[in-house]
Amino acid sequence: MAEKVLEVRRLSVSFDTYAGKVQAVRDISFELKRGETLALVGESGCGKSVTCRSIMGLLAKNAKVEGGEILFENRDLLKLSNSAMRSTRGGKIAMIFQDPMTSLDPTMKIGKQIAETVRLHKPVTRAAAKQRAVELLALVGIEEPEKRYHQYPHEFSGGQRQRIVIAIALAADPQILIADEPTTALDVTMQAQILDLIKEIQKKTGASVIFITHDLGVVANVADRVAVMYAGRIIEIGQADEVFYDPRHPYTWGLLASMPTLTTNDETLYAIPGTPPTLIDPAPGDAFAPRNPWALEADRLAEPPLFPVSDTHFAATWLLDERAPKIDPPESIVLRAQAFRKRQSERSASL
Amino acid sequence: MMEYSEEIKKAASAVPDSAFVKYQPSQQEAEPELPRALSFLEDSWRKLRKNKAAVVTMILLLIITCLAFLAPVLSPFDPNEQHLSWKNLPPKWPGVSIDGLNGTTLFRGRRVDSYELAKVPEGQCFLFGTDEFGRDLLSRCLWGTRISLIIAFIAALLDLSIGIAYGLISGIKGGRTDTVMQRILEILSGIPSLVLVVLMLLIFEPGITSIILAMTISSWIPMARVVRAETLKIKQMEYVQAAKALGASNVKIALSHILPNISGIVIVRAMFSIPTAIFFETFLSFLGVGMRIPNASIGTLLNGGYKVFKLYPYQMFIPAFILCVIMLSFNLFADGLRDVFDPKMKEG
Amino acid sequence: MKRWSKYIGKRLFYMALTLLIIASATFFLMNVLPGTPYNNQDRLTAAQLEMLNKKYGFDQPLFQRYINYLKNILHGDFGISLQFSDQPVATLLSQRMGPSIQLGLQAVLFGTVVGVFLGVIAAMHQNKFLDVFCSLFAITGRSVPNFVVAVLLQLLFAITLNWLPIGLWNEGFRSTILPTLALSISPMAESCRFIRTEMVEVLSSDYIELARAKGMSEIRIAFSHGLRNALIPLITVLGPMTVSLMTGSLVVENIFAVPGIGEQFTKSILSNDYYTIMAVTILFSALLVAVIFLTDILYQIIDPRVRVEGAK
Repeated sequence: MAEKVLEVRRLSVSFDTYAGKVQAVRDISFELKRGETLALVGESGCGKSVTCRSIMGLLAKNAKVEGGEILFENRDLLKLSNSAMRSTRGGKIAMIFQDPMTSLDPTMKIGKQIAETVRLHKPVTRAAAKQRAVELLALVGIEEPEKRYHQYPHEFSGGQRQRIVIAIALAADPQILIADEPTTALDVTMQAQILDLIKEIQKKTGASVIFITHDLGVVANVADRVAVMYAGRIIEIGQADEVFYDPRHPYTWGLLASMPTLTTNDETLYAIPGTPPTLIDPAPGDAFAPRNPWALEADRLAEPPLFPVSDTHFAATWLLDERAPKIDPPESIVLRAQAFRKRQSERSASL
Repeated sequence: MMEYSEEIKKAASAVPDSAFVKYQPSQQEAEPELPRALSFLEDSWRKLRKNKAAVVTMILLLIITCLAFLAPVLSPFDPNEQHLSWKNLPPKWPGVSIDGLNGTTLFRGRRVDSYELAKVPEGQCFLFGTDEFGRDLLSRCLWGTRISLIIAFIAALLDLSIGIAYGLISGIKGGRTDTVMQRILEILSGIPSLVLVVLMLLIFEPGITSIILAMTISSWIPMARVVRAETLKIKQMEYVQAAKALGASNVKIALSHILPNISGIVIVRAMFSIPTAIFFETFLSFLGVGMRIPNASIGTLLNGGYKVFKLYPYQMFIPAFILCVIMLSFNLFADGLRDVFDPKMKEG
Repeated sequence: MKRWSKYIGKRLFYMALTLLIIASATFFLMNVLPGTPYNNQDRLTAAQLEMLNKKYGFDQPLFQRYINYLKNILHGDFGISLQFSDQPVATLLSQRMGPSIQLGLQAVLFGTVVGVFLGVIAAMHQNKFLDVFCSLFAITGRSVPNFVVAVLLQLLFAITLNWLPIGLWNEGFRSTILPTLALSISPMAESCRFIRTEMVEVLSSDYIELARAKGMSEIRIAFSHGLRNALIPLITVLGPMTVSLMTGSLVVENIFAVPGIGEQFTKSILSNDYYTIMAVTILFSALLVAVIFLTDILYQIIDPRVRVEGAK
């Protein structure tokens, strides 16, 4: 098993708002291994971005870390001083932002924006930083990097700008790349290119990637492991195959069922009923219970713990308790699981 | 079955076996009732109330306006009534013995009771003192504020009407009309308003009307610009397009769709144009081309006070203080209104 | 390039048109003015009046005088000051240009530098004490008229403390300090407020978040990415700033007895000195029109986003 580079332990984050205290992230734990891609999946507002911002130390001013720790290189990032955090942020942990159209300084040459990051984290000369910036531009697939070094952001298309944002993230050879919905603002053909680029870079540099998205299609494409978040909690986490083909949490069922596939034969696409709860004074029990057609009385009484399904696969639902009644998952999920088992048995037979 | 950790066992043991049945939602757990939607005014008032500076200045402005408009009732003297033997008396407050408010003046290092020297009868106090003609400054300040406020309010109202009309016509008509009207604006805005005002004042007979007219001539331009820009924006909105498609006339569109939507911005701008008008009035009167003596306005009071301010600083300070309080209040209140109605607006 | 020259040509045409309209308007307005240009009219005989009218060309028909006037302006001849020792207005004003320009530049420079600095501080400490302090300062600066500030400064530093000259333009730089301070209040307040608003907006933008994610310190972010983006729009307030400086110069130069254009203008207004009033009006308008033109051009040159769109 690969070594851990990052470990988040029992992290809770809340926001002070006019309406009250919003518990955006509630007691989540996960780890990131060297070279792997972990996808954080969930609807907007489920706490996935907040989790990453806590890792980056970029929480908004009204946010408060209620508890937990984020271990990186044997240090708790949450306890680092401002200046120590600055050298980690951007240097060892870098972030790719959602909207490339607004993420670049419109009045600064893009080359300078990259070189500036190189010089922030490495003791190199101006010329060497420039050289490095040109290399990075070439690495992310910008043609004629020498010439384009001197251009301003508005002279690039959205996809190209996202490549530049990625180049900035790579400037200091980070160990962890956090990609916050890096393809959401792009059109579909661009999305695939950017995903390929991220995968390729990961292969070249061996960095670990935390990939935030609400798009399961993207997840299937890039992730080694998947963590599904709902209402500030991780409700299911496991290897990508396990979560995709043997999901256990009714919310994951809902997510998967609402994703169009080639084999979908229904006329209408499934949608999870209801809306996510507000996280101001959440009611006791499972936050998903009100929207869950398979909810048990137990879901209303207590928050389910993460039950293990396999060594690597966990899901937080009382349905996994041995006392729970047997229920039938939706048909499409059953079909998925069958197809998966068949494939696995074929694979093990062929070995 | 997997071996469960202690933690899970503990969590599981807290839940009774009986709970592992399908959850039946009870009737009471219906959707919580949504709070009642607030009307535009209610919402604005709620936001404005949070801005303490705006609330304080609003109250202050109400008080000042009331005092100014009650000047005929409140003034202890006629503002133009001269008591030549009582001239340049410092402020005297009954029962207050602080230097500066007790009617004494520093004369060759000693405090001298000016009231005694001027043979003012016992019990006669001038709260703000008197000026070089022995006129009561309190009365003059009340009347002066009244005139300055009247000028400012009327000027702002005129700005508002001309600016809205011009901007609306230019914005709605569009095309050639708009181009010509914009050129006119461009040329007019090349003339410094100060110069325009001064020229106007040289031509008209000095007085309230001419000051108001002179100020209006230059100050409606920014309002017209804002209204036009907003009109163009709203004109593109689908509901306006829809109204047009249904055959609504330009006038109807302007009155029922555009005007209500720009009211916030217009109110804020009008609030900002009041202190500008007050400033111009005092500025012109201070220079000696505005209100003519003996009529009291804040500007003429400052002008009179400035002439003697080395000897009798209170004659300048009191109207200056009143002016600053009024200007500051209007600006702070307008800032508060802007945050409520149009948080994105940058220009004041 | 072609588009540029066309744009500039069009702008120059409108500038000329504006000035022509202003010159004509002032001319005709001056001619309907009540009162005569002679300050000792009561003592003049009819013959003397006629002679004077002839001397100054007042006996010609209005339209002829208008044409002559425009012609003369083009040659830089603004007529003769009727009130101030028969000097040509152009000479009179050119002598007075120096102090006004010096004061104006000093005030703009000092005002904007301090204002920008305060604005940045306010934006970086949004809604905290420093912000409230800077914003209050800005709004006070906007609310307190500059002649009140001027008088207060005079009272405090010249009369009470006796540190600086009370006025008059005879002690070199020392006598410029107080009028500069008085004049700089308005550009200071204006730029402080403007930069604060711009900075708050810029600091909440995505690229600032990216700069934070790069590991940059807040101060470096504020100055290298924030101020850079916030300063560019500041150019647009140069026009209004010029106007307020002109307005301010009238009273401030009077209070401190500065021999500048503003002081001359006030004197001319109060004594119906036609030609000087007209000349100053045209001068001020020309200055404003030129500043507006230059700021527009400058804005397009400096902002890379506008640049390409404008030059395409």
